[in-house]
Amino acid sequence: MYVAVKGGEKAIDQAHDWLAEARRGDPSVAELSVAQIREQLALAVNRVMAEGSLFDPDLAALAIKQARGDLIEAIFLIRAYRTTLPRFAASRPLDTGAMRCDRRISATYKDLPGGQVLGPTFDYTHRLLDFALEAEGLDRPAVPAEADPCAMPRVTGFLDAEGLIQPEPPCEAVPGDLTRAPLELPAERALRLQALARGDEGFVLSMAYSTQRGYAKNHPFVAELRIGALAVEVEIPELGFAVEIGELELSECETVNQFTGSKSAPAQFTRGYGLVFGQSERKAISMALVDRALRWRELGEDWKGAPAQDEEFVLSHCDNIQATGFLEHIKLPHYVDFQSELELVRKLRRAAGAEVRAGAQADAQAAAE
Amino acid sequence: MTEQAERQGWMGLLARAPAAELKRLWQAAGGAEGFAWLRPPEVGTVMVRGRTGGTGAPFNLGEMTVTRCALRLESGAVGHAMVQGRDREKAEIAARVDAGMQGAGAAGLRAALLAPLAQAEAQRARLRAAKADATRVDFFTMVRGED
Repeated sequence: MYVAVKGGEKAIDQAHDWLAEARRGDPSVAELSVAQIREQLALAVNRVMAEGSLFDPDLAALAIKQARGDLIEAIFLIRAYRTTLPRFAASRPLDTGAMRCDRRISATYKDLPGGQVLGPTFDYTHRLLDFALEAEGLDRPAVPAEADPCAMPRVTGFLDAEGLIQPEPPCEAVPGDLTRAPLELPAERALRLQALARGDEGFVLSMAYSTQRGYAKNHPFVAELRIGALAVEVEIPELGFAVEIGELELSECETVNQFTGSKSAPAQFTRGYGLVFGQSERKAISMALVDRALRWRELGEDWKGAPAQDEEFVLSHCDNIQATGFLEHIKLPHYVDFQSELELVRKLRRAAGAEVRAGAQADAQAAAE
Repeated sequence: MTEQAERQGWMGLLARAPAAELKRLWQAAGGAEGFAWLRPPEVGTVMVRGRTGGTGAPFNLGEMTVTRCALRLESGAVGHAMVQGRDREKAEIAARVDAGMQGAGAAGLRAALLAPLAQAEAQRARLRAAKADATRVDFFTMVRGED
C-alpha cells in the first residue's frame, strides 16, 4: 500500500535543480537544440513517436532532450502531453500501397514490380565504429538527378491474385480504441495491433524472437518491408469531403506464414502484419511475427502454451509506460506498509521464540526425569 | 476537375507544405484582406488508422498532432484548415488561402503561392525518388555447390 507523505519540498526542488544541471552536462560543450535531436537522432525520435503513440517529431525531440535521452521517460512525457489534447477526428484508413517508398524489400520475390530498394539502411554495413564521425563537417553528397516516383504494388497482392494467401478484404467497421476503453479479453485483432504498434520495441522484439526459436513457431517470410511517406486524409464535416492534412513516415511489414487449410478449403498462406510510425523496421517485423502468433485460435492452430500465443500475457505486458509506472512505484515511500510487515515478522518470531523456549524446557525436563 | 476536387487539391497542398515556405510565400504575396474567426486556431489530435494486412479492417495506429481553424473573409468567403503539427500561424494562412481561392483573387494566389508550393513539393519527391532509385538492387540467386 502506498501512503502519502509530506515534507521534503526543499530537497525535491534541489534535486530537480541538479537534474537540470546534469541534463545540460559540461557547459563548455555546446548545448543540443531540439532541431538537432530531431534531425540527427531521428530513429530515437521515431521510437518515441511510435511508443508515445503521437506523431510529432518536434515534440518527441523535445521529450528526448528533457529526458536526458531516457527514451522510456520521453515516451512517458509524450503520453502525458497527449492526454491534454482534444481529439478532433479519426483519419481515413491509410492506403499503405500508395506509400512513396524510401525503402522496399522483399525476401520472397527476387524480381518484382517496383524493384528492391535498399534506402538508408544499416544492413550490409560492417558494424565497425566509424571514427570519421568524430570529426565534424561531413561533406554532403552531390545532389542526385531527379527521378519519377515509382509505383510499388503490394507484394501480398501477387499471392492474393492467385488465391494463395488468406485474403484481407476491406471493411469499414469502427475499430476498438485502447485509449478510450479498458482492454477486454479476448481482444479483437484491431485492438491487438493497436497495442503492439505502441508497445515496447524490446518486449515485442523478444516475443517475436521467441517464436523464431520454437515457442509457437510459424515460419515467417518477410514478403515485404516498406518505409516511406504517406499522406493522411480526414473527413471535414463542415465541408462534407475529405482532405489531406499532412504526411507521415511509416514502416510496414507483411509476413507470409505457413499454410492453413481444411477439407473444404485448400491450403493457403497466412499473414502477419506490422505497421509503425517512423523508420522502425525492427519493430515492424517484430510486430508482424507477434500478430501472427496471436492469431493461432482463428487459424485453427494448436495452443502450445507459448508466451507469444498468450494474448493476455502479451497485451498486458507490452506497454512500457504501464510497466515502468508499476515497477517504479515500489521505490516510493511504503513506510506504513513495511511497518506492518515488520510488526508481523517480530510477532511471528516472538511466538516462535516462546515455542522454542517451551520446547527446550520440555526437553530438559524429560532428560531430568 | 470538379470544384470539390480542386479545393481538396489546394487544401492538401497547403497542409503538406513546410511551414517556413508557406509563411515566406504568404508574406511575399501580401494577401491582407481582413477576416473574422469562426473558430480560432486550436491544437488537437487526429487518430490515424491503418488497415489489417494493409487492405483489411481498420485499426487505430496512433495519433498525430493537428491544428484546425475556420474564418470568414470580409468578402464573405469561408476558409477552413486542418494541418499537421502545432503551428497556429500555418493553420491561419492555410485557412485564409482556402477562403481567398474561392474569390476573385484566386488566380493571383494560385500563381504566387500554390504553383510554387506544388513545384517545390514535386521537386522534393523527385529528388527523394532519385535517391531511392540509386539504392535499387538486383539480387542474383547463386547456384549452390552441393547436390
